[in-house]
Amino acid sequence: MNTIKDEGERELLQDPPRHASKPIARRKPQKYRRARGFQGLYQSTGSALQALRSNKLRSLLTSLGIIIGVGAVIIMIAISEGNTATINQRLSTLNPLQLTIRSGSTSTGGVRGGTGTLQTLTQADADALGQMKNVTAVSPTLNTNGQIVFSSQNWQSSVQGVYPSYQQIGSWQMQEGNFFTQADEQSGATVAVLGQTVVDNLFTPLGIDPIGQQIRIGNVTFTVVGTLTSKGSTGPGTNADDVVYVPFSTAQQRLSGSQYVSSIVLTADNSSDVNSVQSAAQALLEQRHNISNPANDDFTIQNASQVLSTVQATAQSLTILLVGVAAVSLIVGGIGIMNIMLVSVTERTREIGIRIAIGARQRDVLAQFLIEAFVLSVLGGIVGLIIGPIGAFAIATTNKFPFVIDPVSILIAFGVSALVGVVFGFYPAQRAARMDPIVALRTD
Amino acid sequence: MQHDLQSNGLNGKRPIPPVIRVEQLTKNYYMGRTVVAALRGVNLQVQRGEFVALMGPSGSGKSTFMNLLGCLDRPTSGVYLLDGLPVSKMNANQLADIRNQKIGFVFQSFNLLSWMTALDNVELPLVYSGLSRAERQRKAQLALSIVGLKSRAHHRPVELSGGQQQRVAIARALVTSPSLFLADEPTGNLDSQTSMQIIAILQELNARGLTVVLVTHEPDIAAYAKRQVKFRDGRVLEDMPNPLPIVARLNFGHSAQLSEEKQVTL
Repeated sequence: MNTIKDEGERELLQDPPRHASKPIARRKPQKYRRARGFQGLYQSTGSALQALRSNKLRSLLTSLGIIIGVGAVIIMIAISEGNTATINQRLSTLNPLQLTIRSGSTSTGGVRGGTGTLQTLTQADADALGQMKNVTAVSPTLNTNGQIVFSSQNWQSSVQGVYPSYQQIGSWQMQEGNFFTQADEQSGATVAVLGQTVVDNLFTPLGIDPIGQQIRIGNVTFTVVGTLTSKGSTGPGTNADDVVYVPFSTAQQRLSGSQYVSSIVLTADNSSDVNSVQSAAQALLEQRHNISNPANDDFTIQNASQVLSTVQATAQSLTILLVGVAAVSLIVGGIGIMNIMLVSVTERTREIGIRIAIGARQRDVLAQFLIEAFVLSVLGGIVGLIIGPIGAFAIATTNKFPFVIDPVSILIAFGVSALVGVVFGFYPAQRAARMDPIVALRTD
Repeated sequence: MQHDLQSNGLNGKRPIPPVIRVEQLTKNYYMGRTVVAALRGVNLQVQRGEFVALMGPSGSGKSTFMNLLGCLDRPTSGVYLLDGLPVSKMNANQLADIRNQKIGFVFQSFNLLSWMTALDNVELPLVYSGLSRAERQRKAQLALSIVGLKSRAHHRPVELSGGQQQRVAIARALVTSPSLFLADEPTGNLDSQTSMQIIAILQELNARGLTVVLVTHEPDIAAYAKRQVKFRDGRVLEDMPNPLPIVARLNFGHSAQLSEEKQVTL
């Protein structure tokens, strides 16, 4: 009978050397280990991919945790960076040396019912504040809303009466023409300086240069002497460009008729003096208004640098919150991987037994399952890397955020996802590696 | 005992050690406070080229003994020399290497990896030996042709009959040129015709010099071995040569499949 007859027979069935062989473990250990390590890794990767392919749905669901986690990290960071960019853009119109004094009590500060509900500040207050040391400029403001008409166009805007020094306080650059002058202020000239939004709505459609043109505010005719460069639209309701500036005296006499002012703005000479100027201004106004107890102040002083730091701190805590939420979702994704890997190890007990029986070392089995978890999380991470920026872009466009993607955030999200795979894959892999082959081979 | 193995005075040349040399081997299992003695002092030597059937009812210790022979487990006490190597003193990594290079396993339930082709399955032990891919494939092809399955190299286990699967498993056990071929009830899941094919292959391999240890509870199967060792209560009850082992014959009328493949292979 000739069951076995082939060219290979001689090689595989050739008896090993007839004298006692040296212990295997001591035979050329260096070269042997290296070759095995590389092949083992290669093979482990192959079998990991094969296992993932044969369980496509489960692999997808497992990766979903990581996909969502990485995507969330990227989206959250993009949102918070877009948010920060928006805030910074808005705050760039704030002069950090500026103090704004409004009528009213502190407790209702920014949400007062508007000018005119309680009026205590006067032009004389403003002029007195201007005499203080370390104050570089001061201007009362008188806010009115007015319908502005030019030719066939009209536009409702905020009309503010200010001193010429307001150009410096508000850091306004001239697009064209000039700001009105001290002479205009003293003579109560009917001249106006237009913000970019007003120009766009009244003059751009007609293609007319606004300088020298006559516009009507209410029933008073003004001559346009200058236009301001845009500070950039900072979203609905906060458009600094939607404004018309006229001399304070003109506004008081021709538009408002009130002896009170809406607010007083002043600037300190440098940032270290802002706080001392603020307290000096408070003391001066209390003295002028005969107030002995600061709790009864009929005005509030808003410090731009305080606003800046408050808003920035808020933005920062929002970032921390969002990143925290994203990190939690990554960890949950990692636990999902651990869960599925444990199931996988249990399911493949017999395979593990076979591999151990034919000579896999513990670390070969460990590597195989670690690589499997790693591949799962890295694949999930890659999908998350694709989905994250898309989602961030969608959210940014629908919410009119600037779309900001920090490459570092992408690297961190991806790195963390890979790390999560290894960390949460380790326990299941170790369980596989430490399996008793006898028990494993007996398992169905 | 190690002493006489190593210094024999034969001009530095060592004699051929037996493939298996087991002395006073015991194995206890601990279940809580109770100690279960599965092996109570087994002595056995198996020389190169033997075909030994390990027999015994369940609970006789033959499975425990087989696990120890296969280096899947370590004895509680006693000595086990495999090819002269003191495997009972080796650590886990060394035992893994011994299993990889010195032992070929064949199991009752074939234990092939279902998603891999026959060739991949046969290659698997060589992966852990650190061989290159080309070398692995060459050897795996040789091993498959020895069992007459060269034409099925790229089939998966589900596409193969039980007998063919077991032959792939035999090829996998052969591919590392092991010193010891351990078959645990290799025909337990096969019908008698197919069983004959498998036994015939084992006899043929043995005739070519392979040392085969076959664990079975069926006297019919043990009758094909050259030597029968019977276990009872953790000891060797009986150890007798079988001077006239039955030679497995392939009835070609009933095993058309193998003969067909033989035509392809040869």
